[in-house]
Amino acid sequence: MRKIWDIHGGVHPPENKIQSNQKPIGVMPLPDWVSLPLNQHVGAPARPLVKVGDHVKTAQLIADAEGFVSAPVHASLSGKVVAIENRPIPHASGMQAPCIVIESDGEDTWTELQPCENYMDLQAEILLEKVRSAGIAGLGGAGFPTAVKLQPDANKKIDTLILNGTECEPYITADDVLMREQANDIIAGAQLMAKLLDNPRILIGVEDNKPEAIKALTDAAQNTAIEIISFPTKYPSGGEKQLIQILTGKEVKSGTLPSEIGIVLQNVGTAVAAFQAIKDGIPLIERVTTVVGRSLQIQRNVHVRLGTPIQHLLSQHGFDENNCARIIIGGPMMGYTVDSISVPVIKTTNCVLVPSEDEMPTPPPTQPCIRCGHCADACPANLLPQQLYWYSQAQDFEKLQAHHLMDCIECGACSYVCPSAIPLVQYYRASKGAIRQQQIDKQKSDRARLRFEAHKERVEKAEAEKEAKRAARKKAAEEARKKIDLTKSQPAEKSDTAKLDPVAAAMAKAANTKADPADEKAKIERNLESARNRLARFNHQLNDARNENDEARAGKLEPKIKQTELKISELENKLAQMAKT
Amino acid sequence: MSFLRASSPHAHSALTTARVMQWVLLATLPGLAALTVFFGIGSLINIALACIFALLFEAAVLKLRKRNALIYLRDCSALVTAVLLGLALPPYCPWWVVMLGVFFAIVVAKHLFGGLGYNPFNPAMVGYVALLISFPVEMTQWAAPSTLSNASASFPPIVESLTHVFSHDTLDGYTAATPLEVLKLREGLTLDTLYTNEAIFNQARWAGVGWEWVNIGFLIGGIFLLYKRVFTWHAPVAMLATLTLCSFLFYDAGGSQSAGSPLFHLLSGGTMLGAFFILTDPVSSAVSNKGRLIFGGLAGVIIFVIRVWGIYPDAIAFAVLLMNFAAPFIDYYTVPRTYGHNRAHRVTKIKE
Repeated sequence: MRKIWDIHGGVHPPENKIQSNQKPIGVMPLPDWVSLPLNQHVGAPARPLVKVGDHVKTAQLIADAEGFVSAPVHASLSGKVVAIENRPIPHASGMQAPCIVIESDGEDTWTELQPCENYMDLQAEILLEKVRSAGIAGLGGAGFPTAVKLQPDANKKIDTLILNGTECEPYITADDVLMREQANDIIAGAQLMAKLLDNPRILIGVEDNKPEAIKALTDAAQNTAIEIISFPTKYPSGGEKQLIQILTGKEVKSGTLPSEIGIVLQNVGTAVAAFQAIKDGIPLIERVTTVVGRSLQIQRNVHVRLGTPIQHLLSQHGFDENNCARIIIGGPMMGYTVDSISVPVIKTTNCVLVPSEDEMPTPPPTQPCIRCGHCADACPANLLPQQLYWYSQAQDFEKLQAHHLMDCIECGACSYVCPSAIPLVQYYRASKGAIRQQQIDKQKSDRARLRFEAHKERVEKAEAEKEAKRAARKKAAEEARKKIDLTKSQPAEKSDTAKLDPVAAAMAKAANTKADPADEKAKIERNLESARNRLARFNHQLNDARNENDEARAGKLEPKIKQTELKISELENKLAQMAKT
Repeated sequence: MSFLRASSPHAHSALTTARVMQWVLLATLPGLAALTVFFGIGSLINIALACIFALLFEAAVLKLRKRNALIYLRDCSALVTAVLLGLALPPYCPWWVVMLGVFFAIVVAKHLFGGLGYNPFNPAMVGYVALLISFPVEMTQWAAPSTLSNASASFPPIVESLTHVFSHDTLDGYTAATPLEVLKLREGLTLDTLYTNEAIFNQARWAGVGWEWVNIGFLIGGIFLLYKRVFTWHAPVAMLATLTLCSFLFYDAGGSQSAGSPLFHLLSGGTMLGAFFILTDPVSSAVSNKGRLIFGGLAGVIIFVIRVWGIYPDAIAFAVLLMNFAAPFIDYYTVPRTYGHNRAHRVTKIKE
């Protein structure tokens, strides 16, 4: 038996897993349409490659990754692209975002896939590219692009790959049934990922409330070096930092990633997706999702195509809308509510929970905090939630940061145990947002200050130079006068030449200024170039101003642009004339 | 059809503030039973009066503060304050003493500071100390334990008790010095002599007739609350530990200079009531477990110092209030080490 560690705090909410983990994973009939958000992952949204009206096949690439931390999107069924527009997405704010909407042609014709049997012989770079182009993002719920995590980094040796089969959230059993049914794929996926990371040891962590899954994995992992580790069930053992602590005893330093301590953590579902992408060439177009809650007649797990509206998902399971109190995407501890049943299932949707009112009653009115400290005993990050609440109310951001608010993982254990029913996590989210905004504002103002100081310095320097010149000229003039005074006192015949001198100098100067045409031309060209640069800059600023709806600034810029344009045409004319002569 | 928009978590444990308060009330029963067995119905009358006044004051202040009185009264926090004060007051004390105590507790100590959750001082102890300083005579007349054979009489019958409470009679016939007072005023006797001569000790099993059982009653209630996880063990255990340690150091083999045995201190006066019901008031105590160890430990030292060298025979209320002052200070220096940070730090040091 391997040594395992304990995490601070944690809670034991009713598990409610039995409703959905007793049936095999079902397969959903295809929906009439799918809505595929361009951003189903952490990072930059994908860039659409199709137009409205295009016909696409299942598994066809329809949007490509934009930038390093991003993931492509593939058509999850065949049919016509009917819209690329803002549609409701599963998000706590209820916001809309760009989606590609495909109307099914009912055929489900697949694009040609590129399976690969001897995948373990492939080079790591090719494997990684396959994972990247399959659009795989963490299926556990965070949605971090998998290829980015598997990218080797010369500076950091990864010695441990952990597969997360903890699934500590109540109600969710998607990983549980996946581990029971596709243990072999998980093991194969784990070995693949290990190859990408230069063969670290592989640990798979599973809570001890999933004996069937543990057995299936142990059987599948025979003859391999993979260790299946079960540990006592406690929420939130499945949090990234918590699982690392449980399995290795190490802590991820605040503000850093697990790779800093040589660990990469992946969800078991992600391993299966990576395996299928490489062996069968199937990109990520479907996932296992738990459909559960007392307002359903059937509660189970299903393979569901991405983009499927949850309305379709629910209607296939005998959904009684009038009996449903709230629609939660994710579990009861960290999931968020949505108010529209037209939001689609996306890469990170591991559960759709539709409880009845008596299953999850409307929370009672909040009572004052009595600082009982149950929250501090439950906090897995060992924070003092009651103090954070106090300072959140006071909006004392300095104290909040001193109490490490930013290390809160928003697991909800504190709110779960709070006898006064205070929505603590909500306070923390709001304060975190405010602190982030404050930091952005501070950066902005710092930059502005630096710019202003540099400007001031430049102006002062120029002023000083002018002053120095003025002083030099004054001195020269004084010396000249002295000279004149001196000559005045000298015999008179020399005074004529002295008088003539400035005239001669002026003439010489005029002769000098009439420089050769080549110089002149170069000068005009220089002026022209700087005028063009200026024009480009003004145009750019005007754009910015318009984007920010800053009409006053735009109004000021417009005449400047006119002026510069005039100047340019004038200079161009001059040049043309010079070319003629 | 609109669905509820709510912030996670959506699940909630069944524990409520009202339930916590009810457990505390329930846990006072063994101690209250012992008080009633040995000192008569005086404590029951105290508690009944205190509860009535507490609810009245609470409702009135909530009304003045334009709060919904029904919601706030249901949290039972006023009743807990009232019961704790009622238990601490001498049995059969006049009704107006109870009323003034409750007034100080509920109106001054609790609501003037912002109500439940915002009071820096333990309300029951503020009430108690205000009374102790204002009415030292009424506040130091403890009834004699009824089982004491040489007591002038057993405790007063109900009618007479009520007369004491509602008129301004003195309770002379029924009072006796408490064990703490006896020990303090023994004028150089060795503990052995004292224990042989004094009825309150020689008829007792460990510490003092009646008092030992009252303390054991509160200890049982406290263990129940620990089992129910209403509070952590840190503050009470630290207080009892330092009190034991101090009395052990100054036991002086029971000689004429002895400050009393550890067992005597643990089972006398308000030790157990203070340790498990007063010191554990979460609102006014330190917040981290380490902080609670310091909070409780220092309270134990203060109790011992005042009991032995101060002018008051018992000191729970003073010790708790003094430590309430120190709680925010303790909190600043006892923030636990957060996950992912090398060591604990002081929150007084704010990064620039």
